[in-house]
Amino acid sequence: MREIIITVATISSISGVLAFLLSLANKTIGNYGEKTVTINDEKDYVVEGGETLLSALIEENIFIPSACGGKGSCGYCKVKVLEGGGQFLPTEKGYVTEEEREEGIRLSCQCKVKENMKIEIPEELFNVEQFETTVAKMENLTDKIKLVRLEFQDGKEMDYKPGQYIQILTPIYKESFEEIYRAYSITTPPSSKNAIELFIGYAGGICTTYVHDYLKEGDPLTIVGPFGDFQYREGDKEMVMVAIGTGMAPIMSILRYMAEEGIDRKVTFYFGARTRSDQYMMDELEELKEKLPRFELKLCLSRPTEEDDWHGEVGRVTDLLEKFEENGENKEAYLCGSPPMIDAIIPILKDKGFKEEDILYDKFE
Amino acid sequence: MTLNPFVIFFAAIFTNNMILSNFLGMCSFIAVSNEIKTSFSLGEAVTFVLGFTSIINYLIYHKILVPLNLEYLRYIVFIIVIASFVQLVEMIIDRYFETLYYTLGVFLPLITVNCAILGVSLFMIIRDYSLIQSVAFSIGSGLGWTLAIVAMAGIRQKIKKNPIPKGLEGPGITLIITGIMALAFIGFSGIVQIQ
Repeated sequence: MREIIITVATISSISGVLAFLLSLANKTIGNYGEKTVTINDEKDYVVEGGETLLSALIEENIFIPSACGGKGSCGYCKVKVLEGGGQFLPTEKGYVTEEEREEGIRLSCQCKVKENMKIEIPEELFNVEQFETTVAKMENLTDKIKLVRLEFQDGKEMDYKPGQYIQILTPIYKESFEEIYRAYSITTPPSSKNAIELFIGYAGGICTTYVHDYLKEGDPLTIVGPFGDFQYREGDKEMVMVAIGTGMAPIMSILRYMAEEGIDRKVTFYFGARTRSDQYMMDELEELKEKLPRFELKLCLSRPTEEDDWHGEVGRVTDLLEKFEENGENKEAYLCGSPPMIDAIIPILKDKGFKEEDILYDKFE
Repeated sequence: MTLNPFVIFFAAIFTNNMILSNFLGMCSFIAVSNEIKTSFSLGEAVTFVLGFTSIINYLIYHKILVPLNLEYLRYIVFIIVIASFVQLVEMIIDRYFETLYYTLGVFLPLITVNCAILGVSLFMIIRDYSLIQSVAFSIGSGLGWTLAIVAMAGIRQKIKKNPIPKGLEGPGITLIITGIMALAFIGFSGIVQIQ
């Protein structure tokens, strides 16, 4: 008995002394006091020093896009740091290019607020808010893609542009031990302010698994948004849109917006899928043709099966573009899909005469 | 036999190298040996932490655990000491030595789980070293670890441009090279033995 007490007492007192030393150190050495972060030279925020810039800004309700939740593994949370912020860290190296680094771009999840800082963020990030939503509808579009309709609680509304995305905060559940953010494009037009719809493909990741296997109608879900500069651009240039899989999401939002507003522009939408069972929203796209007189839909299947009885184009969207697109000089391109798809398309479009600034894209990773 | 601390110091670097003859601290050795500069920083950090934790662990073991007959608690106690020491050092460096923090920064927390650190603390107890011997042993081990990782980083920088079979890239070839380096270090073992 005595031995047990001595053992427990010894371990506790050693840990106790060390814990005391550490908390003392945290209070004295780790305490940087209050620091001011000036954003875009106009707004000042007083934050607790010593935290990362990302979490300091979240406390002030400014949401910088971040998919990994501050672990330094997604590279989305870039901000321009004009003053303060200390040296460039090795953990940022893989995500910030040499040119960006010279401009002062940093990963806000790595850079700590140790002194007063001046930073620049895109103005629209001030509009980004956290919303509590309820899952109003879940529907299988294909065997891999689900439509999820989220209604904002407490009558809140979100202002967004066609083409933008939100982030879902995936809670801790059976197969994941941490909260993470994952980005999904909004498919509804901006007029739908109190509810949005998303297309979520099953990819085996933490968030898609949660949505496909655990999320039910009526469940609450937290989202942050809107983000992104992949947006509908006003003008009268001819539009060329290309998507595969869930890449249709932001394009759907743009098309619906144009149909609602009665915008008459020439639009060609190239949509690629593997088989007929991977095609979805086809009825609505057909209906859109009535509302958008100069809208053209070009479909292709990369691996049609016998039962598909497919008489249309066979191949990938890149083959379609090669075949149908000619002079790209006065055209605007909207690309949406996997990074390899986009990397393959950009050179093709440039060859056809598309200008670099007229190729907009959203890489779904 | 009481060994001269100098003998222990050199033996820890060459004949009883932590990596190449004990294969301790392999995880960071394989993960961080891409560039000479970063490996050197990590080596410095390991040496520094080794030096201090071995003194603290030595004192705690001989002044607290031995008198209370609690020697069997040494694993848990050593780990707690190492973890909190690394944390403390990180805070101090972060605040007062900013440049050093940025060179070591990411590697400091890695050290907590470096088996070589715990290995040294345990070896000095098992081998019944005095305080001076322990200090010589731990600093020697740290330098030996640095030597091995810097040598490995040098080799890896050289072979970067060479065609390596796909399946062997990265950790695979590193382990093979480590094996060959270990063979080479056996050449030193005739000089002195401290086991």
